[in-house]
Amino acid sequence: MKAEIATTPKVIVRDLNFFYGNYRALKDINLDIAEKMVTAFIGPSGCGKSTLLRTFNRMYQLYPKQKATGQIMLDGNNVLDPKQDLNMLRAKVGMVFQKPTPFPMSIYDNIAFGVKLYENLSRNEMDERVEWALKKAALWGEVSDKLKQSGTSLSGGQQQRLCIARAIAVKPQVLLLDEPTSALDPISTAHIEKLIDELKKDFTIVIVTHNMQQAARISDFTAYMYLGDLIEFGDTSTVFTNPKRKETEDYITGRFG
Amino acid sequence: MLTLYTRRRIINAVGLLVSILAMAFGLFWLCWILLTLLTHGLPALVPAVFTQMTPPPGSTGGLLNAIAGTLMMSLLGTLIGTPIGILAGTYLAEFGQRGWLAPVTRFINDILLSAPSIVIGLFVYEVYVVHVRHFSGWAGALALAIIVIPIVIRTTENMLRLIPNTLREAASALGAPQWKIVSFVTLRAARAGIITGVMLAIARISGETAPLLFTALNNQFWSSDMNSPLANLPVVIFQFAMSPYEDWQHLAWAGALLITMSVLTLNILARILFRQSATTH
Repeated sequence: MKAEIATTPKVIVRDLNFFYGNYRALKDINLDIAEKMVTAFIGPSGCGKSTLLRTFNRMYQLYPKQKATGQIMLDGNNVLDPKQDLNMLRAKVGMVFQKPTPFPMSIYDNIAFGVKLYENLSRNEMDERVEWALKKAALWGEVSDKLKQSGTSLSGGQQQRLCIARAIAVKPQVLLLDEPTSALDPISTAHIEKLIDELKKDFTIVIVTHNMQQAARISDFTAYMYLGDLIEFGDTSTVFTNPKRKETEDYITGRFG
Repeated sequence: MLTLYTRRRIINAVGLLVSILAMAFGLFWLCWILLTLLTHGLPALVPAVFTQMTPPPGSTGGLLNAIAGTLMMSLLGTLIGTPIGILAGTYLAEFGQRGWLAPVTRFINDILLSAPSIVIGLFVYEVYVVHVRHFSGWAGALALAIIVIPIVIRTTENMLRLIPNTLREAASALGAPQWKIVSFVTLRAARAGIITGVMLAIARISGETAPLLFTALNNQFWSSDMNSPLANLPVVIFQFAMSPYEDWQHLAWAGALLITMSVLTLNILARILFRQSATTH
């Protein structure tokens, strides 16, 4: 766990429990997310990895029957505190979903939409911000001459990079990626993985993935979850080559899950 | 002894045959109606229909005043009913997850949707026409608006519900407040479907007779005054078709053909529009 000592934690999760109605989907999760590193959540379907990710920006709040208890400290503030302003939280914590979700508007407006919520930019500044975000998301070269076209006209992989550009245009500190490549072909997946590696210079990244090779390729830390429990958490290379827990080893070697 | 596979094939063939017969039965009447309309309506559809007023029996004339009245009242009814319908439908789909108001509204709207249009005509007669003591185009437009509202509410709600929740989550994850998510993302994504619903509502009201009988009544002469009785195609068709005069009956056929063709055109346009939007998503 050398790397963990070398970096400061950006997000500190303590005694986190999550409920869908009466069903307890997360059980006493304790976890530190390292700043400007990639942390991956792996585990079989239904283990709670997406649920855990969605507590970081309180996405679950859209649904009346879902609730979380415990602490998620981001820069010293408890995210779960009811007094926490949701919109300000989401300005700090961006999210990209499994299926690309371009808004029904132009490529330019897709990116400007989020920025306009927090900043009053001049036309010029907004142009620069859009270009910056698209370059960061490695999409600028493909769309620079068709910014006025609809975002839905792009291919699946381009749409997903548009969604990443949209999320980083707001300049968040943490980027949540919920299985961002599971709906994409291998070439688009490679694009996005390369991009994640670039983005971690500026952002703290948390990624949920079904694909263990992906977790091994791109993450610095890995958390293995099963049935709402955090089974093992540590340095990715340690978790994959020398897991401390038998369950983790079984999952990683494909004997289970 | 038949094998299981052969039996299945026979059952399949029989089922298919019965379905095709049922379809042919339905289509037969539709085609017959269209054919009758065309054979009687086309010869009656002379240029005078579009240039002259409804005549007294025995003289020549057209349907210009009725066409204009129908257009005016349908347009106004749509203009009144559409905003109310879209706003209410948006409330039901986007804001009505908690509490009792949305389910109750939805239930009442379903009743209104299937209410006989003659009841709506009587209602407007009772609450408006009786008080102002004369029939008028306003009353007709009001009755038509009451028919438009539930249709638009229903289609707006359904179309918004088709928008995947992930799109709402994505907008919400950027920190957008709900009114922005609804007006800039979900309503925009559902736009084509909602417009389709409005067009179907227009198609529906352009042929309604019962609500206009007690409200706009009819007017034999040209009038663009919404505050006076207004001529309109459905009521003219109703009166002229019942009359013993042959020239009136011809005009009734011409009017019936006009309404049917415009409803057909609206329906086809709505389908094309909806299909185009479905392929771009």
